[in-house]
Amino acid sequence: MAKITYIEFNGTPHTVEVAEGVSLMEGALQNGVPGIDGDCGGNAACATCHVYVDPAWVAKTGTASEMEEAMLDLADGQEANSRLACQIHASNDLDGLVLHMPATQH
Amino acid sequence: MATKMAAGHTLPREEGPVQLPLPPRKRPNLPDYSRETLMKYLETAPLDEVDISDPIYWETNAHGPFFRRLRDEAPVHFTAVNADRHRGYWSVTRWADIMAVDTNHQVYSSDAHLGGITLFDMDADFIMPMFIAMDQPKHDVQRKAVNPIVSGSNLAAFESLIRSRTQEVLDGLPRGEAFDWVDRVSIELTSRMLATLFDFPQEDRRKLTYWSDISTEDPELPGALTKEERQGVLLGMLQEFTQLWNARVNDPEPKGDLISMLAHNPATRDMPPMEFLGNLVLLIVGGNDTTRNSITGGLYFLSKNPGEYQKLRDNPGLIEPMVSEIIRYQTPLAHMRRTALEDTILGGHRIRKGDKVIMWYNSGNRDERSIENPDAFIIDRERPRQHMSFGFGIHRCVGNRLAELQLKILWEEIMKRFDTIEVLEEPTRVPSAFVKGYKKMMVRIPA
Repeated sequence: MAKITYIEFNGTPHTVEVAEGVSLMEGALQNGVPGIDGDCGGNAACATCHVYVDPAWVAKTGTASEMEEAMLDLADGQEANSRLACQIHASNDLDGLVLHMPATQH
Repeated sequence: MATKMAAGHTLPREEGPVQLPLPPRKRPNLPDYSRETLMKYLETAPLDEVDISDPIYWETNAHGPFFRRLRDEAPVHFTAVNADRHRGYWSVTRWADIMAVDTNHQVYSSDAHLGGITLFDMDADFIMPMFIAMDQPKHDVQRKAVNPIVSGSNLAAFESLIRSRTQEVLDGLPRGEAFDWVDRVSIELTSRMLATLFDFPQEDRRKLTYWSDISTEDPELPGALTKEERQGVLLGMLQEFTQLWNARVNDPEPKGDLISMLAHNPATRDMPPMEFLGNLVLLIVGGNDTTRNSITGGLYFLSKNPGEYQKLRDNPGLIEPMVSEIIRYQTPLAHMRRTALEDTILGGHRIRKGDKVIMWYNSGNRDERSIENPDAFIIDRERPRQHMSFGFGIHRCVGNRLAELQLKILWEEIMKRFDTIEVLEEPTRVPSAFVKGYKKMMVRIPA
């Protein structure tokens, strides 16, 4: 179980609990957090769960795979801390993680 | 300084093998080729006997039973019948297998020179490279050149223009008399949008529709242009666009239209003419056929599902999920094709290097393993966005958000004006296993 805070582009925070092993894209959808679509269902194949990992947490969330990088490359507003939320899974290590949302998903 | 392009008629043509006329298509021996007869045939025909790429199954909308059987009995299946026409092809019909192919760019190529992204190869003597029919890394840089026009911020800027045009088109519709929805609404709205994206003269916008149609038309259908005529029309199109390119290429700053963006971006400004033509065809077909047919399909589905139409009247807040459901249910492009770059295994079958692999999105969108009650049109699904119509992986539709925006605004404006729009008869459909769409649908708005 991890407490995850998703911050909408307009600044509204949503703190929810995501069960161990569940992706942070699923965590958002299951808890009705707006701003994440997850069109492909979690295959790093659509880039509609684009998030920015808070700089303090980048080391703990790991690095993007080649496929994830390729998809992020096609998203709007890609930054060094861009990730697809479906490729990060909740764990005790990520308890307290903060994710920022882009203006829109592409 | 970017370079001006030569006029179309001086194009270097790529040399390819002489293409003989295709042998006649083998069809099952049936008393007639009506929808009922074909559907009954597809319920029990030996799977190996059916060539589902035959336009007759699409013109009659009879293909459903065959894809259900493939999903259940042979989810990765090779079609050899009529191989003298298309070399044979693998059909991939389950959601999960399609996802696996669509996201494996290392093995499954989109390259135009291997045949491209449709079941029938591109004409070998008229290869039109376009970014959807390219692999990495070239695909990525070209796609990124046009990406900004459909970014979130750009779409927000388009919204009021799309809305005022939609209002104008809807307000001009007749009351109490029959008219063709495809012509008056679907084509009208998509051609205006496309002309805006290209900054193409609005008064000539129906040329864009024509070019889109002939780009995907089956050359063997009665009344179709011959291959040579079709190539001639496309070269004429190239010439018109080359004039626009030349008029914009030396602007100090790129303007916001697609031609300007292509002419100024380092990744695309030195494209050979056939590559410019290819990317134009991609953007025109991508921005035209697909949204057009979802506009028609949406109204058709609501008329067939009065309970859903009533849900929409009761709660216009359902427009957003309905738009995704329309796009799923229509699946305006029935398939995308890949070519295997190496021997591989898919669904327990050995796919050989060079084999054609067809991802049937229309079938993935009806796969009960991934979508609950997939044959029903339900405007308030829990996760309506999870459909395959835009494809997945690096070739996923670049204009998806624009398409959704156009449809959302259209339905908002329709519901403000008309309580009901009656579909008067079954629509006529496009005879194509690629563009899944409508030629004509007669409707009436009560006076």
